[in-house]
This record gives sequence, C-alpha cells and structure tokens, in this order.
Amino acid sequence: MSSTLTATYGDAAQPRVGFFTDTSVCIGCKACEVACKEWNLVPEDGLEWTGESYDNTSSLGANTWRHVAFVEQQKPLRLADETVELGIEPLPLRWLMESDVCKHCTHAGCLDVCPTGSLFRTEFGTVVVQEDICNGCGYCVPACPFGVIDRRTLPQSSGDPPLALQLLNRQEDGRVWKCTLCYDRLKDGHEPACAKACPTQSIQFGDLDELRERADRRLEKLQAERWNGARLYGRDEDDGVGGFGAFFLLLDEPEVYGLPPDPVVPTAYLPRLWRSTALAAGALVVGLAAAFLGGDE
Amino acid sequence: MSDSYYGRPIVKQPVWKPEVAVYFWTGGIAGASSVLHGVARLTGNEPLARRALFIGAAADAVSPALLVSDLGRPERFLNMMRVFKVTSPMSVGSWILLVSGGASNTAAVLELLGILRPVKRLAELVAFVSGPPLATYTGALLANTAIPVWSEARDELPWLFGSSATACAGAAATIATPLANAGPARRTAIGGSVAALALSATMEHRLGFVGEVYRQGEAGRYGRIAKACTAAGAGLLALAGRRSRTAARVGGALVLGGELALRWSVFRAGFQSARDPRYTVEPQRERLARRADASRGAARPPA
Repeated sequence: MSSTLTATYGDAAQPRVGFFTDTSVCIGCKACEVACKEWNLVPEDGLEWTGESYDNTSSLGANTWRHVAFVEQQKPLRLADETVELGIEPLPLRWLMESDVCKHCTHAGCLDVCPTGSLFRTEFGTVVVQEDICNGCGYCVPACPFGVIDRRTLPQSSGDPPLALQLLNRQEDGRVWKCTLCYDRLKDGHEPACAKACPTQSIQFGDLDELRERADRRLEKLQAERWNGARLYGRDEDDGVGGFGAFFLLLDEPEVYGLPPDPVVPTAYLPRLWRSTALAAGALVVGLAAAFLGGDE
Repeated sequence: MSDSYYGRPIVKQPVWKPEVAVYFWTGGIAGASSVLHGVARLTGNEPLARRALFIGAAADAVSPALLVSDLGRPERFLNMMRVFKVTSPMSVGSWILLVSGGASNTAAVLELLGILRPVKRLAELVAFVSGPPLATYTGALLANTAIPVWSEARDELPWLFGSSATACAGAAATIATPLANAGPARRTAIGGSVAALALSATMEHRLGFVGEVYRQGEAGRYGRIAKACTAAGAGLLALAGRRSRTAARVGGALVLGGELALRWSVFRAGFQSARDPRYTVEPQRERLARRADASRGAARPPA
C-alpha cells in the first residue's frame, strides 16, 4: 500500500492512516455523528423516530458519514467463567453500540468503478470524492459492498434550505458524498472530527500499522476477559477488499450491526467478467453471420 | 434466517433512473444493428444493410441522451471523457458508445448524402467493430457491482444482454425490410430470442436463493411479460414471418417489446435484491462456509 502511495505521490506520500473503532467502549453518545456533520457541513437527512433502540439515523448515506448503531440483545456481555465465582447468574442482556463509517478499503469498489476519476486515493491512503468532478453517474452507489456512498438528495419538507447550503451558496446537488476521513483536517495535521469528539476513545485515529497492533492487543485483553463474541472486522489484508482503512472491534457477527460478513470488491471478478463480455461479443458476430447462411429471403 | 440490523438493507439500491434500463435496450439495438448492417453489406443485401444502418444510427443517437439525462449533474457529462479506466465498465462503455455512435451516425449521414464513399466505408468498419462490445458491456456494467442478483449473475449477464441485443436488432430490421431481403434479419431475431430465453432461464435457475427476486414484484411481472412476448414474437416470425409482412411486423414488435421488458425486469431485480439484507448476507455466509470447509480439508493430514 505505502509503496503504491510512494509511486503515485513521491515525496508527498504519507503513512496510510485510518480508524480503529473499538465498539466495546462505545457509549452511543453520537458525538461523532454531530462533530462530523458540523465540521463537514453535512446537511440534515430527515428527523424521524424509528423505534429502533436509540438509533434514529438508521444508516450511512450521502448525508450521514458517521452512524451509531444500537442493538439490544438477550445475550450476556461476558461468557461464564468457571475460574470466577460470581455467586449470581450473569444478566443475559447487553446493549451493543457501534459507530459505523466508510471503510476506506484497500481495494475500493467505488473508486474502481468511478468513470470520471472523481473518486481518488489520497496521499494518506484514504478514498475521497472530488465534488468538482463528480457528475452524479451513480455507479459507485451499488458498487460499494457496505452501502456507504450515496447520491445526495435533500429533504424538501422544511421551508428553509439547510444551513449548509446557504453557507456553501449552492443549489444541491445530484452528486455522491461520503466520509473523506476529514481530508482537509489531515492536510493540516489534525485528526478527523469524529475521533477528536469521541469521549471514550472508541474511535481511534492513527497510522494504520499502529492501529492494527493496538487492536490486536485490545482483542487479546477482551478475549482473556471472556467478552462474548469479541472479534476484529476488516483488520486483515487477506479479506475481499484487501483490508479496511477503517476497521472495527465487534462483539457479534457483522450482519448484526448491518455489515456484510464477507465483503468482496466487485472488481475482483472483473478480469473474468471482461473475458466473458468479449466472448459474448464474439459470439454475437458469429451468430449474426450464421443468420445470413440461408440466403436473403 | 440470518441476523440483520432491523431488516435494513446492507448495500444501497442503485440511484439510476428508468432511462438507464431503456439505454440498455437502445444501446443493444445500436451495437447489434451495426453488425447486422456490416454483414448485410458484405453479402450484398443492400436493402437490409441500409435499414440496419439507419436503425443502428438512430439507436446510437438516442443512447447518449438517455445517459446524460440520468446523470445527477447532466452538464458535467463530458467528465466521462476525462479518463479511460479499465476497472470501470461505465468508463469503457462511454468510450465504446462515443466511438460506435460517432461512426454509425457518420456512416448514416454519408449514406444519405451519397458522398465521401471511402470515409463512409471506414466509419462502417469502425461501427462494425465497436458494435458487439456495445451490445455486451452493459451486462458487465451491472455484474460489476455489489448488488447480489447482478454480481452473482456475472457469468450470464453479458451473454444475456448480447442475445437480447441480437434479437432486437433482428426484430427492428425485420419490421423495416421488405420480405425479399428480410431473411437474415428474421433469423437473427428468432435466434437471438431463443438464446435470450434460454439464458434468462439459466440465470434465474443458477442464482438459486438470490434468483427468487425474479419471481417477485416488478422483476417477476416484467420477466413473465418478457418471456411471453419474446416467445410469441419469435414463434410468429418462425411460422409466418417469411410469407406475411404483417406477421413479420407484429412478430418483430413483440420481440422488441419483450426484450425491453427483459431489460426492465433485470434492472428492477437489482433494486429488489438490494432492499433485503438476506440476499447480501446469505451468499456471503455460504462463501465463508465453503472456505472454512476447504481450509479444514487442507488442514487434514493426507490419508
């Protein structure tokens, strides 16, 4: 990865950075959602009561770049441990919270399929949309295995246009938007707004190599303490997207949090797909020519 | 039944407008018509060649308009020409459409004016070469996504769309060409229809659990319309298309309509499969289970 960055950016290349989101210490305060919206001038995306625990944000999208998921479960937080005599049954109830974000994949589907070059990889190894280039073709939207990036539409219900639009002096929008990992802040040597605002260090920002080591140590500790279901998600480079730039420590299967269990970048199959497309094109010519064998009538 | 987050989708539904599905149809007609035109010219079937050229050029001219109107920022459509990316079927396809549309329209205009014969021949050659990929790349475009019912059909979609395009080009030319010259177009329409019917059945069967969206909702409804119209049209062409111009026209129209319904069915199936997280999770769970089995097998000491 870093060698790729060096090849592209030369001396301007930076160590690859990312997030380690440790959900075991998330308290669901949503400071990350708010800090992200404020710093990046992300418009309102509707105010609805979902009845889904404390989650009224529901999913990542063009106007939501951090999303805190809340899961209420009839499962114990820790597995029973015969070495510790608690004297009481552990309460079979836990409340999982997870701050989701763009994964900044090593092999990013959105970036691969973008036909304008609007999506690009920065000198920090992150994946960012250039909004002055995007023409809203929408190909990146179904190409993301995580459903992160989306085309921006604005709620028309409220009378006044959102404040962000007034500040940006724009008629919105038709383009796609997602987390930039606060590219502007990185350029000035600051950490992203969500990590800065996180009060429990559930969102940790840093060099990816270091974050991975830190995550390994954290997982070891939680497993030693018999936390139920503790696992890392997106840490390893041998997964279908070559590892996430923003990876997670989860306490249950990924799909419980609305994450795909085995994400694969669509372009992984592209060589085979191009071959098949070329063969089909050849077959079309042969088939059509064969139709002329019976004469003109 | 797999777990999910309040039943919410994992992958996003496409944001494409209906124009995109219509473009799959017009682009297919354009691409396959260029080939039909080329072969007709080579075999000296001038009436068919002329008609296929004009049909292809018209479809090629409509296609970019459909695509531009789908863009969130139509005024920036030229940004498609900033780069050429082999990792993006849409980028490759934009260039193919540019070349094919430019060539077929140049050839059509020169044919009408009856001037610049060598330039026209060159344009016809370029259209002939760029036509087939124009007809099949749209299958790759859909398959190269995270939408379960599209990505899992990666082995069929380019073939299905190529067959559908062939059927349509044949059908359109059958409608326009006098009986004495329409034979190759009619056989093209029949052959393409049979191939498209077989391929869509194969695709739906092989998709297994994910393929059930083709039996539900809009995808199911339009899929049934597609099969009925295509089969009826191809049957009519085979039985009476050689003798009756009316039968040729009705049969051709049924095939064209059926194949438009097919594109719409495939298009909507993508939206339907994105909406339900089970279609995303279960194939991935199966993949993980297969991989776990394989690694257990590898770890076992040789007997």
